[in-house]
Amino acid sequence: MKQKLMRFTLWKVVFLAIMAAGAYATVLRFTRGLGASTNLSDQFPWGIWIGFDVLCGVMLAAGGFTLMAAVHIFHIERFKPIIRPTVLTAFLGYLLVCVALMFDLGRYYRIWHPLIMRNPHSVMFEVAYCVMLYTTVLALEFAPIVFERLRLEKPLRILQAVSIPLVILGVILSTLHQSSLGSLYLIMPNKLHPFWYTPLLPVFFFISAIGIGLAMTIFESYMSSKYFHRQLELPLLSDLGRILAVVLSVYAMLRFEDLYHRGVLKLVLQPRYETWLFLLEVVVGLLLPIAMLFTRRIRESTGGLYLAAVLTVLGFITNRLNVSITGMEGAAGMHYVPKWTEMAVTAMIIAGGFALFGLATKYLPIFPAEGEHAKPAAVVVRARSLEQPVAGD
Amino acid sequence: MSKAILYDATLCIGCKACEQGCAERNKLPYNDAVAAEPVQSAHKYTVVLTKGDKFMRRLCMHCEDPTCASVCPVGALRKTKDGPVIYEEVRCMGCRYCVVACPFGVPKYEWEKALPAVRKCDMCSDRVLAGKMTACAEVCPTGATKFGDREELIAEAKQRLHENPGNYVNRIYGLEEVGGTSVLLLSSVPFESFGYRTDLVREPLPLFTFRVLSRIPDLVALGGVLLGGVWWITNRRTAVAAAEGKKGGREGEVT
Repeated sequence: MKQKLMRFTLWKVVFLAIMAAGAYATVLRFTRGLGASTNLSDQFPWGIWIGFDVLCGVMLAAGGFTLMAAVHIFHIERFKPIIRPTVLTAFLGYLLVCVALMFDLGRYYRIWHPLIMRNPHSVMFEVAYCVMLYTTVLALEFAPIVFERLRLEKPLRILQAVSIPLVILGVILSTLHQSSLGSLYLIMPNKLHPFWYTPLLPVFFFISAIGIGLAMTIFESYMSSKYFHRQLELPLLSDLGRILAVVLSVYAMLRFEDLYHRGVLKLVLQPRYETWLFLLEVVVGLLLPIAMLFTRRIRESTGGLYLAAVLTVLGFITNRLNVSITGMEGAAGMHYVPKWTEMAVTAMIIAGGFALFGLATKYLPIFPAEGEHAKPAAVVVRARSLEQPVAGD
Repeated sequence: MSKAILYDATLCIGCKACEQGCAERNKLPYNDAVAAEPVQSAHKYTVVLTKGDKFMRRLCMHCEDPTCASVCPVGALRKTKDGPVIYEEVRCMGCRYCVVACPFGVPKYEWEKALPAVRKCDMCSDRVLAGKMTACAEVCPTGATKFGDREELIAEAKQRLHENPGNYVNRIYGLEEVGGTSVLLLSSVPFESFGYRTDLVREPLPLFTFRVLSRIPDLVALGGVLLGGVWWITNRRTAVAAAEGKKGGREGEVT
């Protein structure tokens, strides 16, 4: 008991230290400007706030649309118990992406400009619109959990009446902007390294978002079981692992075919910095988890499945950083290393995300009631009204 | 008719009058220290590069189909019919996609300011609109920088190449690069030696993204119908199962 208390205190200290450093970095950022608070320059205008906080942040929140589609569109209802923590993660993820954008935008107070100043030829415009709309959709998908807690029956019923169109809208919006984050780089055929520049970038970003959605669900379930003492539903997660194996295989196949057809595979023989990071991404972050997930013994063990999911997540994070940073360094003629302020802000945003997740699980009905399998009354209400469209069909 | 600038490096004497004229027109500080800076920046829109007795200018190329205007989410950058690519600071939210995407590395950012803006050559758009030539062309003592109609300047550049083939690299830089630009360059030494990329694609870069973006309406319509259809089918399956009396087992298991 005492040991547990100690550890808890240690985590609190770490958390407060991260928040303090982040707060100081925030002051620097907004008083001194981007030049003083980042290592960004005209040669390298996008750093980790875009490469990690935005590109990876949106990607890691892909579990929301993947699982919503699986449960509500494809009616794979076995996954229903993990849908709430996943929607919560996605909602928090998108909120944090918006926070990160406020740091990165030079004129953050004009973040709303795309609403009225439209350039439909710009991928960034499309991403801005989709992220805005999808964050709204996620808020509406998350709202029933809050309404349940507050016992607000009427708004709950209104939202449930539109839940299916909302899910469909969410899936479409996600498809668009997950892929469009890849399209951002399509306009730079002369800048992005050929390992990563391909006309298929949007396709790869989309398929990997689905893979990440599955991997993150496995990862989060494991973390919840560890820290919130929820029972890990291993057979369920192993099934997810099986689907993940197929998604990753499709991705890997397309990726290698693309590299082969563009005649880029031979570049692997060049002992360059880009090559090592490419190999790290593809061998450790793609082929290894595929091999693990296809091995039944590993897939059906808690530790093995968790490790494969973590490798997948790290592999695609490496991919996004390779596209946004490694692959752009050659054309920029320089190496970019984030300044401590950039890392402090990123760490603060991540820590804030964890804290909000913890708070939400504490005060909202995110997980089924503790210690028993009986469903909370509120969940029944929700399930029943979800059935309503069935009756009308 | 669209205006353009023809810069002939063989006529240039490296006096940097264009740098000074540009700074004055844009109300930017200009002194020996600035003159010595060999790169374009938020306070220096054009640069005369020197290598031995060879010179080369760098300035915004004013693409016919500009990448910066295509990528800007709020339309802060746009190509005018007169030729200049102009920037409206009041729209800009500072995403810096233009700085990342420009194939010539032209737009520069005011990194040191708390509330920064993008800075670049605007081809003296107000002067051009008033029927005058650009500041850099006006002050050029040798005619190395020449302002005029794009078609006429192309014809003139071709004629110079034709008359003195030994004097030039056989190329009008900007004629075809990324679909053509409103700044045309002639040189006696390879353009690469001054950092100009000669491997740029011949088609306008905005096409690379528009090919994808133009499919979005179809994708939305198709996706909506497809997902709705899948939902309808799987939902009906559940409904049928329920009607056949399997409801208790299945529903109880999932919630």
